[in-house]
Amino acid sequence: MTRAGRHVAALLALTLPFWLASPYFLHVVIMAGIFAVLALSLNLLLGYTGQLSLGHAAFFGIGAYTSALLTLRLEWSFWAALPGAAAAAGLAGWFIGRLALKLRGAYFVLVTISFAGVISLVSINWMDLTNGPLGLPGVPAPELGPWSLRTKGAYYYLVLAAVGLSYLACRRLVRSRIGRAFVALRENESLAESVGVDVTHYLVLAAVVSAALAGMAGSLYAHYTRFVSPEVFLFTYTVTMVIMVVAGGKGTLAGPLVGAVLFTVLPEALRAATSWQWQMLAYGVLLVLLVFFLPRGIVPALSALRRRS
Amino acid sequence: MAELLQHLVNGLVLGGTYALLGIGLTLIFGLMNVVNFAHGEFYTLGAYAAFAALGLAGLNFFLALLGAIAAGALLGALCEVSLLRPLRRESIDTTMLVMIGVWIAMQNGELLVWGGVAQSIPHPFPTAPLVLGPVSVAPLRLFVLLVAAALIAASYLLIQRTKLGRAMRATFQDAETAALMGVRIERIHTATFAFGAALAAAAGALLGSIFLVYPSMGDLASLKAFSVVILGGLGNVPGATLGGLLLGVVEELGAGYVSSGYRDAVGFVIIIVVLVLRPAGLFARSERIG
Repeated sequence: MTRAGRHVAALLALTLPFWLASPYFLHVVIMAGIFAVLALSLNLLLGYTGQLSLGHAAFFGIGAYTSALLTLRLEWSFWAALPGAAAAAGLAGWFIGRLALKLRGAYFVLVTISFAGVISLVSINWMDLTNGPLGLPGVPAPELGPWSLRTKGAYYYLVLAAVGLSYLACRRLVRSRIGRAFVALRENESLAESVGVDVTHYLVLAAVVSAALAGMAGSLYAHYTRFVSPEVFLFTYTVTMVIMVVAGGKGTLAGPLVGAVLFTVLPEALRAATSWQWQMLAYGVLLVLLVFFLPRGIVPALSALRRRS
Repeated sequence: MAELLQHLVNGLVLGGTYALLGIGLTLIFGLMNVVNFAHGEFYTLGAYAAFAALGLAGLNFFLALLGAIAAGALLGALCEVSLLRPLRRESIDTTMLVMIGVWIAMQNGELLVWGGVAQSIPHPFPTAPLVLGPVSVAPLRLFVLLVAAALIAASYLLIQRTKLGRAMRATFQDAETAALMGVRIERIHTATFAFGAALAAAAGALLGSIFLVYPSMGDLASLKAFSVVILGGLGNVPGATLGGLLLGVVEELGAGYVSSGYRDAVGFVIIIVVLVLRPAGLFARSERIG
């Protein structure tokens, strides 16, 4: 994007609630923002270290439950619960990273799926803590001084700030030594190891940061919908994140953002025309088509086009 | 004691079908280097094929079972030829993404065709259980166990005694050398995938007649198949057989003595623990097939 284009985009994003008054559209944009954080988080693992986590909904759900429980049971404020949620999810990420130290590819995928499966069963069966399938209603809306961020317009800015911070954090990370170590690990692990990259350390680090970001998205989700149930662990969430990252362009910074906006807005736009099952069917077909025709994703394809012209 | 025996018998019935799922998956995994996340969807396909053959085509139960197996083999072959063959030179991650796409598409296709309501497959067996000493088994469950055992035996015969089986083993050991010796690798891949899908479809039709048939039934089946493969080791057919039986029994014991809410957690925990402690599988000597 050119410099001018970037300024226009930033201006549009900053003034959005003023010209997009419909609460429905604002809702779609807020969900796109939450998914953007999730896609950025998954991209750290999938795009930069090359490890696919199919249990990412677990970190999202852990964040949502932690934040809801901290505010409901311990009456923490949202501003303390949000980092708490990120920390709890990050801890889970550390656990998975340590567990899966030597596991790559399909085995890593399986450990992450299984972890999400176990956590989801715990959320359904541990009635005392999670209220089981009934979920936790009445999660409070965040408050900022005297104001409640109860309105969609106010919540939009909260989510926008979270997306911005996550994006900057990811950019800072992947452009540093650490990010180069991630890519080295993805491209050729033995070579990376032979030049002194501590593979274990960096993989665990990627898992922790990725999980913490997903946990933060979970907290944002919990205080937005004000209700948390075992549905936050739905595999559909993980699939959506994977599609967003793969379609947008894994291993790029803008890719997850483009994917998140596209795959939140597109299904909503199609909702009038088709049912939810058709949408999911289309997701599946789309994933197959992407692998065949656009294996690197939209953003890399666009920049290749621009270089050619 | 009687209770324990009862759990063991129930566990073996489940375990036999888990073994069918696992054998197919381990062959596909070991031989083609494809992580078949759509495996559970062939299981679902088998269940719905049997349901359709009985309800719509009016076939009898046994023919419907054969129909389910044929449907699994056919769609498996189609899937391999159209999606996996063009990607044979791609990395394992690429084919994995494709199979995840197939999984989502098939499941929601089934949801569209059949709706979300669970269906049951009618069967001709009497519902009164057979009482054998301290344990009682429904005749249907006994039939399921016998068919699963027969199919497992047939798989062994196919792999060990037929020309196709020999070509499969050769491909597993060294695809390039096998190709030089005149093995048509592409055909072996198609046959392997169709065979694995057919076994999964059989498992779906069998368990679908005991339990219920619904579009998302394949998700847990996939994960159980993966835990069986991980228990048994990659490409290890005897390992998958033992792993399947073991998983069935452990699940049943866990549901009986610990908590039925966590029944399905057994498979997940097995995946994590075995992968972390013994990544080559419990019964592995080295990577092998047959």
